[in-house]
Amino acid sequence: MEGTTGTAALDDGIVAGRLHAETLRTNFADLHAPLSAHEARIEAERCYFCFDAPCMNACPTQIDIPMFIREISTGNPLGAAKTIFEQNILGGMCARVCPTETLCEEVCVREEAEGKPVKIGRLQRYATDIAMDEDARFFSREASTGKKVAVVGAGPAGLSCAHRLAMHGHDVVIFDARPKAGGLNEYGIATYKTVDGFAQQEVEYLLSIGGISIELGQRLGEQLSLDGLLGEFDAVFLGIGIGGVNAMLADGSETEGVDNAIDFIAELRQATDLSSVPIGRNVVVIGGGMTAIDAAIQAKLLGAENVTICYRRGKDHMNASDFEQELAASKGVTIRHWLQPKRVISSDGTVSAIELEYTAIRDGKLTGIGHTATLPADQVFKAIGQTLIEETADGLRIEGGRIAVDKEMRTSHDKVWAGGDCASGGDDLTVTAVAHGRDAAESIHKALSGAAR
Amino acid sequence: MADLSSNFVGIKSPNPFWLASAPPTDKAYNVERAFEAGWGGVVWKTLGEEGPPVVNVNGPRYGAIWGADRRLLGLNNIELITDRDLFVNLEEIRQVKKNWPDRAVVVSLMVPCIEEAWKTILPLVEETGADGVELNCGCPHGMSERGMGSAVGQAPDLIEMITRWCKATTRMPVIVKLTPNITDIRAPARAALAGGADAVSLINTINSITSVDLDNFCPEPTIDGKGTHGGYCGPAVKPIALSMVSEIARDRELKGLPISGIGGITTWRDAAEFLALGAGNVQVCTAAMTYGFKIVEEMVSGLSNWMDENGHRTLDDVIGRAIPNVTDWQFLNLNYVTKAKINQDLCIKCGRCHIACEDTSHQAISATRNGERHFEVMDEECVGCNLCVNVCPVDNCITMEPLAAGSVDPRTKKKVEEKYANWTTHPNNPGAIPEAAE
Ligand SMILES: Cc1cc2nc3c(=O)[nH]c(=O)nc-3n(C[C@H](O)[C@H](O)[C@H](O)COP(=O)(O)OP(=O)(O)OC[C@H]3O[C@@H](n4cnc5c(N)ncnc54)[C@H](O)[C@@H]3O)c2cc1C
Ligand SMILES: Cc1cc2nc3c(=O)[nH]c(=O)nc-3n(C[C@H](O)[C@H](O)[C@H](O)COP(=O)(O)O)c2cc1C
Ligand code: SF4
Ligand code: SF4
Ligand code: SF4
Repeated sequence: MEGTTGTAALDDGIVAGRLHAETLRTNFADLHAPLSAHEARIEAERCYFCFDAPCMNACPTQIDIPMFIREISTGNPLGAAKTIFEQNILGGMCARVCPTETLCEEVCVREEAEGKPVKIGRLQRYATDIAMDEDARFFSREASTGKKVAVVGAGPAGLSCAHRLAMHGHDVVIFDARPKAGGLNEYGIATYKTVDGFAQQEVEYLLSIGGISIELGQRLGEQLSLDGLLGEFDAVFLGIGIGGVNAMLADGSETEGVDNAIDFIAELRQATDLSSVPIGRNVVVIGGGMTAIDAAIQAKLLGAENVTICYRRGKDHMNASDFEQELAASKGVTIRHWLQPKRVISSDGTVSAIELEYTAIRDGKLTGIGHTATLPADQVFKAIGQTLIEETADGLRIEGGRIAVDKEMRTSHDKVWAGGDCASGGDDLTVTAVAHGRDAAESIHKALSGAAR
Repeated sequence: MADLSSNFVGIKSPNPFWLASAPPTDKAYNVERAFEAGWGGVVWKTLGEEGPPVVNVNGPRYGAIWGADRRLLGLNNIELITDRDLFVNLEEIRQVKKNWPDRAVVVSLMVPCIEEAWKTILPLVEETGADGVELNCGCPHGMSERGMGSAVGQAPDLIEMITRWCKATTRMPVIVKLTPNITDIRAPARAALAGGADAVSLINTINSITSVDLDNFCPEPTIDGKGTHGGYCGPAVKPIALSMVSEIARDRELKGLPISGIGGITTWRDAAEFLALGAGNVQVCTAAMTYGFKIVEEMVSGLSNWMDENGHRTLDDVIGRAIPNVTDWQFLNLNYVTKAKINQDLCIKCGRCHIACEDTSHQAISATRNGERHFEVMDEECVGCNLCVNVCPVDNCITMEPLAAGSVDPRTKKKVEEKYANWTTHPNNPGAIPEAAE
């Protein structure tokens, strides 16, 4: 059979192999091809080297963007990489996953001047790729302080914290519940944003500083307890993310075929053969954030025939940026607004459709307005937000559903710090988790050095 | 429609755009293509004596400087005069002139400083029907080591001598091409005039090393591990050329000596500026070598539209028009006070003006207002230097606004005088001429 479709292309139900392996490979390839040296130089020359640069101030890790871009333009990519890594040791991942259109690039003065910001993210990737390909290392450990710090969670927050602690000479042990380090870099970020096992390469690159050991399969609340860690270590950093999933308030949400979007994505990310990952023919995704978009796009790329995102508010309320929404639309995903799930309809025990109710804001409150729509669905993904599994933070003060922290990422316990998605005051972005981890490490270092005196 | 036809020392061409003596004019093939593209004239690539021609290096001849987007800003070369046989060149010149009677064909020459050499070559050129000769006293590399080119151009007495020989030998107009590698360009120009030259052309290329290969510590271009200085040309040299042209055009002793302007001319605008500073026509090399001959279309249409829009009917309406406005520093009006002004609607808040003024000048641009990013000039500090205008990436965003006579300059707290007053009468000038009592 000619064409890009596989043998199972139009089968109903949740099946694998809707597309040929070759088509899947192109579908899931790098979203943005890396810049060539020539492209990087041309792009770098567009930067005005602004004073007190707005882009830098918009970066949660405060990378000196004009400086690293100038370094690229003068043919000094390693200098550029060092400038980036000094502030953000996960600069390689951030270059791939940051929603730059709402961060640095949004405020780039060239956005104001001509609607075309300097491509900061892609330049950052250019420099960090070169450094990592050459295995150029810029940081070394200071003499051991003899202090031991436990980092729970090997996601961006934990990794960044561990690296900065190691720089200061502390001995770090990272514990993570999962079989692989990286957190959502490894299990969550869309496949086409971080291809070719980049998450693991980055973990290795960062750990090469030494002084950090990783223990996988160790879950706080199961194998580990906070008290136990506090007994053994001088300080504890929690970077455990938000592993809980919000429940969907609709009848029949336990029906087979109704799945968590993040589980689907994790399965996809771990698959060695994409044609073995099953997907529905008609897929409905409930939610309006990055997870909803990523699940929908990847469902489409796997060969689902119809993919519809249903969000209960309007376009402007969506957490996913314009860029993400446009990307989804360009892949053939339909986004529908003002619709909330009401009832999952099943046949033979598996989902066959979903009934949704139209919504509106009345007196400042979102309410169903009675009218409904029914969409055929053999798979429904829930992407309505994740939560902190509060038991893991037992004994710590919680604020707005996250672990309460101050400016220095200190929790209510004087030997416990927290950062990333699990901590209060963040914005659920990789780059923010990196900033939190780094700042917590500086605070821990300060506390430990003070105690030594 | 403006009339672009040009008559330079009796040599007529349909427009003032000539190709300078260089690779674009080294062969009939190139020159035919140039004329087809619309160039008004050419100065044929410099011919040398009869006999075995010079040889060029077989490695790279060029070095370059680039701006953003790898736009060529400056070119350096170590090419010599033509490396083709004299008689092949002469035959081609004859044929081309026959094919294109309305275009200017001038022949560049460089032979040793011996009267016989010049007396031998000039009649051969005359026979081709060429419109004139240009004496190459400018080539700064290779030929100068052999006592020719800029070695002559740097010795005014030699310029005068060979010009005199040529004028005595030929009926053709003689243009002397000058080297900029000299302290005062008026000296060689005066020598040319004294020798009877009909005109001077300038500039030839400037001694230069464009870069050093840091892997093997060789200057570029590198020929088997060694390099030598070359001649610099292209957009980067335009300001130097303009200044030199203006110095000759302003000089009392040289008054009226026609000038063919050369150096970095890339657009019609560059050409118009040379004309305004006293050039009778212009010659172009690097721009053609960068973009091909087609650029002359833009030059012709741009110049002609600008002339139409401004009511200039012929080139004579433009030539030399800026000369009366070129003066010495000491005659500039010190009572003219300007302040930089930022147009907040155009400002994109890059902060370059601020940091330039703050770090390196007069601390006259603020960076915030009420805690917000905001760039504004403080008139109490601004000296009106316009550095900020030049570093601002947005066109016309910062303008220099003169203070009205009678108002008070917030920086000096002094009233702005209406009267023109310059350094020659300034009280701080020890050599000031006291002003006549009023
Ligand atoms: C589908 C999806 C797509 C996303 N896309 C983007 C994007 O494109 N750009 C962007 O900037 N952000 C994106 N994000 C958000 C981003 O991934 C997170 O903000 C970021 O990973 C938070 O880092 P973290 O270190 O706080 O937590 P995580 O990355 O979640 O890491 C937490 C780690 O802790 C471990 N852990 C959890 N509980 C325990 C426990 N009890 N004991 C031991 N270990 C534990 C986990 O196994 C995990 O390794 C996305 C998120 C999702 C879900
Ligand atoms: C490769 C090259 C060769 C040149 N050869 C000659 C030459 O033989 N005779 C000459 O008078 N000038 C020669 N020149 C100088 C040019 O005629 C011209 O004066 C100079 O390049 C400045 O003009 P531009 O900035 O438009 O290039 C040469 C220039 C170049 C780039
Ligand atoms: S705002 Fe844009 S132009 Fe300015 S420094 Fe940042 S990237 Fe460069
Ligand atoms: S004109 Fe000069 S002194 Fe005035 S603001 Fe601009 S840079 Fe500063
Ligand atoms: S240099 Fe120009 S654009 Fe930039 S802040 Fe100053 S006035 Fe605004």
